[in-house]
Amino acid sequence: MANQMPAEHGQANQQKQAEPRRRKGLGPMAKKEAQLAFQMLLPTFAIVLAIVLIPLAANFWISFKPIKLADLRPPAPVVSERVRGDMGVAGEEFTVEYRLRGSSQSKPIKDIELVDTLPPGVTLLALDPACTANGNQIRCTLDLLEIGERKTLVLSVTGDTTFSSNPVSPRDSKPDISGFAENVLTSNEFTLDNFRRIFSATEFWNVLWVTMAYTIFGTIGALLFGMFAAQLLNTAFVGRPILRGLFLFPYVAPVIAVAFTWVVLLDPFSGTFNAILVRMNLVENGINFFGQRMAEFNFFGTVVPFPLALSSVIAFEIWRYFPLSFLFILARMQSISSDMYEAAEVDGATPMQQFWHISLPQLAAILSTLFLLRFIWTFNKFDDIFLLTGGAAGTRTLTVDVYEQAFAVSNLGAGAAVAVVIFMALLLFAFFFFRFMNREES
Amino acid sequence: MRIGLGFVLAIFTGALWGMIASVLIGIALTMVTGLPGTPVVFSGIVAGAASGATISFRPAALRSRGLAIAAFFITILALLASALMMPFSLPLSQAPLVQALAIALFGLSVTGGTWVCLRGIEPGANSRYKRETLLVRVFRGIGFVFFTAIVVLPFYVMVMTSLKSQQQLLLNPMDMSIDLSQGPQALFRSYVELFTQFNFGRFLLVSTLVSVITVLITLAFSIPGAYAVSRLRFPGRDLLSRSVLLIYMVPAIVLVIPLYAVFSQLGLRNSLTGLLIIYPATTVPVALYMLQGYFKGLPPELEEAGLMDGLNRIGVIFKITLPLALPALASVSLYVFMIAWNEFLFAFMFLDDPAIFTLSRGVVSLNSSEVPRQHLMAGAVVATIPIMVIFLWFERFLVQGLTAGSVKG
Repeated sequence: MANQMPAEHGQANQQKQAEPRRRKGLGPMAKKEAQLAFQMLLPTFAIVLAIVLIPLAANFWISFKPIKLADLRPPAPVVSERVRGDMGVAGEEFTVEYRLRGSSQSKPIKDIELVDTLPPGVTLLALDPACTANGNQIRCTLDLLEIGERKTLVLSVTGDTTFSSNPVSPRDSKPDISGFAENVLTSNEFTLDNFRRIFSATEFWNVLWVTMAYTIFGTIGALLFGMFAAQLLNTAFVGRPILRGLFLFPYVAPVIAVAFTWVVLLDPFSGTFNAILVRMNLVENGINFFGQRMAEFNFFGTVVPFPLALSSVIAFEIWRYFPLSFLFILARMQSISSDMYEAAEVDGATPMQQFWHISLPQLAAILSTLFLLRFIWTFNKFDDIFLLTGGAAGTRTLTVDVYEQAFAVSNLGAGAAVAVVIFMALLLFAFFFFRFMNREES
Repeated sequence: MRIGLGFVLAIFTGALWGMIASVLIGIALTMVTGLPGTPVVFSGIVAGAASGATISFRPAALRSRGLAIAAFFITILALLASALMMPFSLPLSQAPLVQALAIALFGLSVTGGTWVCLRGIEPGANSRYKRETLLVRVFRGIGFVFFTAIVVLPFYVMVMTSLKSQQQLLLNPMDMSIDLSQGPQALFRSYVELFTQFNFGRFLLVSTLVSVITVLITLAFSIPGAYAVSRLRFPGRDLLSRSVLLIYMVPAIVLVIPLYAVFSQLGLRNSLTGLLIIYPATTVPVALYMLQGYFKGLPPELEEAGLMDGLNRIGVIFKITLPLALPALASVSLYVFMIAWNEFLFAFMFLDDPAIFTLSRGVVSLNSSEVPRQHLMAGAVVATIPIMVIFLWFERFLVQGLTAGSVKG
């Protein structure tokens, strides 16, 4: 830490004017203070490092690995034990066989060790060369079990009279077996297949388009609706607190609750919303809002195709997140001084002019910040689409694609590769975000 | 005062209100009573136009209470006459009381809405200011109706569906009335089944436990961190206080694969311990960010006085800073509680064992063709009610938390 001190002195001098109450940069005191600060931040660092930063790095690692979901269960040796011969006759020889194989179809298993205990009253006659005995305890070791290879270890034993009169099968004691196999997660095996696979799929470019459409329309829609709602509640009236609370409901309620409610509400056969449409004679049959990829609009004779499921998902996104924009814009609007409006009123400005020339410029900063933040968060959104459509009917975004690749197709590597694409896009956004923040601050 | 453009605008305003009111009241009538009615939108428009014309017949300054009453009755008469006495496509003899109520409501809302919109608007020429005022009023009116409808309808349907039986739902999906005559046992049968057969009592307990522990861990981690960032000076402080938010932008879905892989191998995957490691990790950065903002706003003189009087840093934090920051702690706690309670992705990916399902995970398990829809909706209600109660109870704190947390979606 000592070599960082000069830098801190410089910083301290810079900040002296901004924070005059702070002490001047005292060497040992400042050092102690910094040490205390790091101690206090340590738990936060540790948990963020373990659960966020290291997994982020690990995600890159996994994206270059030929790893399937099944590979998470590490390959292990499997043993089945058999007894041949008659145990019921004292002194008669019988055999105990251990049949070994590997559980994996792709990885050999090394350094296998098998430990088993023979029942009392049983004497060893002959031992497989791989095994050693210590009293009734058998220990067998194998160097290697190739892929698909089966090995049988045979012990030939005999029982005494007490054993034969009441034979206890050696199978009753389960053998302990352990082995070492290379784990794909930690091996040196790398591949570019995951990236090749996702980029070569035509589906992927479609997914990108859907993601962009979802993000842009979802963000702008939520902002516009939020602004509209904020305009409504900007003047005081009876019941405003109630409406403000009500308008926040969609955002506060758990996503599973509202998503399933929308699914039930918009169900083509038994959904209330479709029943209303049919009752109002707007449509003949229920519309499958979340299941139909394209709908066709007959617009004065020209047929306009229209991505129905994607639009429904965007509508949900707007519905669920307009409260957030609403909250921020309302807070900002209420902090605009009423003097300006009064002056404008005196000058004869109309309501629209007041909105365009007073409110909107004052809201520009919060609107652009909200746009950036909501853009990133909508881009990151997974739960909503996953619960509404599962990514079907042309609503698969990048985040849903991660799940599809990794857990539906069971290709963890490909899923991680999509996650890397997401992360790269986010880096790009973060870059703009920082530049924007810097500009705002100056 | 001549009759002119203002009169035409008044007719349009009234017609618009008539259309909205007739559609909404018609739908509401059908949903609340279960009667198979369809509003005659055309009559609604005619009645609204009549209302607007009546009101605008007099100059703005001369409109009396008598005119309002006249407009009310003219509206209703126009509605009944133009719809041939069947404004909801039902004979008036069917459920006459409810229909009468709906018609009265129609007259009241159309006349009232039009009256308010037309206040100060002359039947003749109006200044641009007045024309825009009328436009803004109409838009505001539509806005209130629209936002209230889109928020209320899904929640209303959620609650009502959970109180129905399978046959009732299939028979008429629009019928969202409650049949009180069947008794509470039958009315709440879905809830009873959820808690007796689907183990929802346990899910509720697990969710509460997980959320509360997440809040405690988050506070334990973020309070010292936030204090350090806001009060102590160390190299890299500014960078840190800003990059905290960047951490917050990392999407959960990017972390899911590595965490799934590692937690599977460590045996933490199908366990609440695993969740209780992940949830705080995702909430600590934002809690730290929110708290440091609040700590910075507290006067440092108090803490300095405490240090002078012989308290150490820990003492200062516990005896001075935290008591002063109680509102912020409440906001952060509620916000974190909400995140943990509503969390879906990790609960869904990590929990396989129904004994440790959180409510989110439990509701998802109801989403199958074997479980009737009213159970799914009842589950949604069970998951929503606690968070809503907390929200309404502590709205002020939670709104502060939302505003300060700002970025989470």
